Amino acid sequence: MSPSPEKDTPAVDAPLYASRKQIYPQSVQGEFRKIKWTLLVVTLGIYYFLPFLRWTRGPSEPTQAVLIDLEARRFYFFFIEIWPQEVYYLTGLLVIAALALFLMNAIAGRIWCGYLCPQTVWTDLFMLVERFAEGDRRDRMRKDSQPLNLQTFSEKLLKHALWLLIAWWTGGAWVLYFADAPTLVYELVTFQAPMVAYAWIGILTFTTYTLAGFMREQVCVYMCPWPRIQAALTDEHALNVTYRLDRGEPRGSLKKMKALRASGQPAGDCVDCGQCVAVCPTGVDIRKGLQMDCIQCGLCIDACDNVMTKVGRPIRLIGYDTDINVARRAEGKPELPTRLVRPRTLVYIGMIVAGFALMAFGLATRATLGVAALHDRNPMYVQLSDGGTRNAYTVRLLNKRAEERSIAIRVENLDGARLEAAGAPAGADGVPVASVGPDQTLELRLLVSVPRDKAKSGSQRILVRATDVRTGESAKAADNFVAP
Amino acid sequence: MAQHNAPQVDAATGTPTTGHEWDGIQELNTPLPKWWLYLLYATIVWSIGYYVVYPSWPLATDYTKGIWNWSSRGAVTGELQDLDKMRAGSMDAISKASLADIEKDPKLLSFARALGKAAFGDNCAPCHGAGGGGAKGYPNLVDDDWLWGGSADAIHQTITYGIRSGDPKAREGSMPAFGKDGTLKKEEISAATDHVRNIAGLDKNPSPAGAKVFADNCAACHGDAGKGNLELGAPNLTDGIWLYGSDKASIVDGLTNGRGAVMPAWTGRLDPTTIKALTVFVHTLGGGGK
Repeated sequence: MSPSPEKDTPAVDAPLYASRKQIYPQSVQGEFRKIKWTLLVVTLGIYYFLPFLRWTRGPSEPTQAVLIDLEARRFYFFFIEIWPQEVYYLTGLLVIAALALFLMNAIAGRIWCGYLCPQTVWTDLFMLVERFAEGDRRDRMRKDSQPLNLQTFSEKLLKHALWLLIAWWTGGAWVLYFADAPTLVYELVTFQAPMVAYAWIGILTFTTYTLAGFMREQVCVYMCPWPRIQAALTDEHALNVTYRLDRGEPRGSLKKMKALRASGQPAGDCVDCGQCVAVCPTGVDIRKGLQMDCIQCGLCIDACDNVMTKVGRPIRLIGYDTDINVARRAEGKPELPTRLVRPRTLVYIGMIVAGFALMAFGLATRATLGVAALHDRNPMYVQLSDGGTRNAYTVRLLNKRAEERSIAIRVENLDGARLEAAGAPAGADGVPVASVGPDQTLELRLLVSVPRDKAKSGSQRILVRATDVRTGESAKAADNFVAP
Repeated sequence: MAQHNAPQVDAATGTPTTGHEWDGIQELNTPLPKWWLYLLYATIVWSIGYYVVYPSWPLATDYTKGIWNWSSRGAVTGELQDLDKMRAGSMDAISKASLADIEKDPKLLSFARALGKAAFGDNCAPCHGAGGGGAKGYPNLVDDDWLWGGSADAIHQTITYGIRSGDPKAREGSMPAFGKDGTLKKEEISAATDHVRNIAGLDKNPSPAGAKVFADNCAACHGDAGKGNLELGAPNLTDGIWLYGSDKASIVDGLTNGRGAVMPAWTGRLDPTTIKALTVFVHTLGGGGK
């Protein structure tokens, strides 16, 4: 069927682009608010102060507990030091993080979104500043509806100044993870820090100020992929912030409900006060059910509990509940106990434990000495004046210890091999011994010669073995020896 | 003109539609946020900035340069200057240190080898091969046999002034064309060849006639025993390495027509520091003697 323009072009009266509806979240006291304040202090505390935590590793090593040293290409995390080729530990960490997100979702929906996500935490902090400067919901709505005067202007000025200060500190803390924090702080205040540090502080100041000050819930609604994935991952046993409509409906004013109840007619607990909507940081009406825009922060639970206490009805008209119980109550069946332990959560926990176990095993057993060998491609071999054959290799030694080490280089599975390496003088038994600096690698050109009577025609498999002269720890790399 | 009807509403979702329909499927109107639209406008404004500051519009024979006067060539030049600045410390250390000291210091050695490798690839590889393996007539630099000496100083001298390069300090000395000049007859050349192959261990039958020709004509440069002479670039004829081949025809060819390939002088083309680095690279390739 081809579209027929005559029939199919009724004008679109609804706009194609929607203006944002300004949200004025109201402050609220309660259990979940307390949890959120605690988590805010803990997570921001970690973020802002972790770079200053010290950790002793060795004389030549950085003393910062958590440090991403891009210049030296090392990542330090307390007792763990990661080299670039070990980036799979980061992959493992990300896999575990994803599984943890799934597990949170299987247990209680958007725990991450509501309590832990940086967007939520910083927005919460910015809203606190907003309330401090301009007052609560009603004050802000009133002031915004009036033309700006000196007082409201100065209040706004204070708010934006404080926002920028927090945003600037956020960017400032970020760069401290990439260099020695106390040194960088000194350099920053004396204007000696590298340009890139100032640039990153500027970028993060801008993003924090914009995202937490202005974008707020729009980040969750328009930008973040997790709400979409979360909606697809959730199941009927997962706890979610839920309006218990079986208890709340029919809703109505307190007076009306009292009258209904007195006459023995059905009456809901919801007094339709709108407090759950007023406190919501994303401006949704939880009574419409689970929705994409709801970050499940639990503030509506606090708001509703406060109202229920005042009107003398049981609390948790809004609370963490499962889809299956909502459905069962609607059918008049008894509630099921919440099943936190179920195949889905067990599988996630199992995978997380397996991931951690694998990484811990890898970290505990990884070598502190490494060797890599690369055969010269051209020429594959050279003939020597005495008729012998020589192959050349590029050998790289890795010393992951915080001390200088003497590494002897030997070749196995090759009769009569004589070794030479520029920069690695021959030791007592004629074996080249290289000195590799602490936490460094060393590249050597290794020459392996075999006399005429020992050389076997063709290619043979050999092992290049590096051995710590003092401890005996060794590492090997396989390669070939080629003769005509 | 389109008629302005009431907006159609999708029954299932309650969302208004745009009125567009394909095979019975209607497009819902889920409005984008306004700021999204403003971002689009902002990118358009941004693009105008590009026209102003960067080269953009082609003209008949030229193009608009932009007020920043940016060019990709200029950017490369800038990066090369940054590179030079970054290397300055190590370059300076190499120019001051002796060849022996460079090879003793692991850091300097590693820098010199890296610098030398790049210079080798740019300047030497066309004849000597990417890995220094050489070819017929072009010496292998990885083996342990040297015509003019394999010490670091000898290599430095060779690279700087070349061999038969025309430079006043170049290494001179070439294999005369005994046959072409008429110095030796064909039979004498053949006999001398047999003798050379005998002392090299390639031919078991001694040639007394050849030995006499050798003593009279060749021993002056190659030595009585044929062990060669580094001063004259005369190769050792008793080892296993043959620049032009060890079969009889090749040796006869050498005796008849002479040998005298040219290695260019690199002084003036490469700066002294690069030549030093190149020396260290070649010396540590494998053939480096004392």
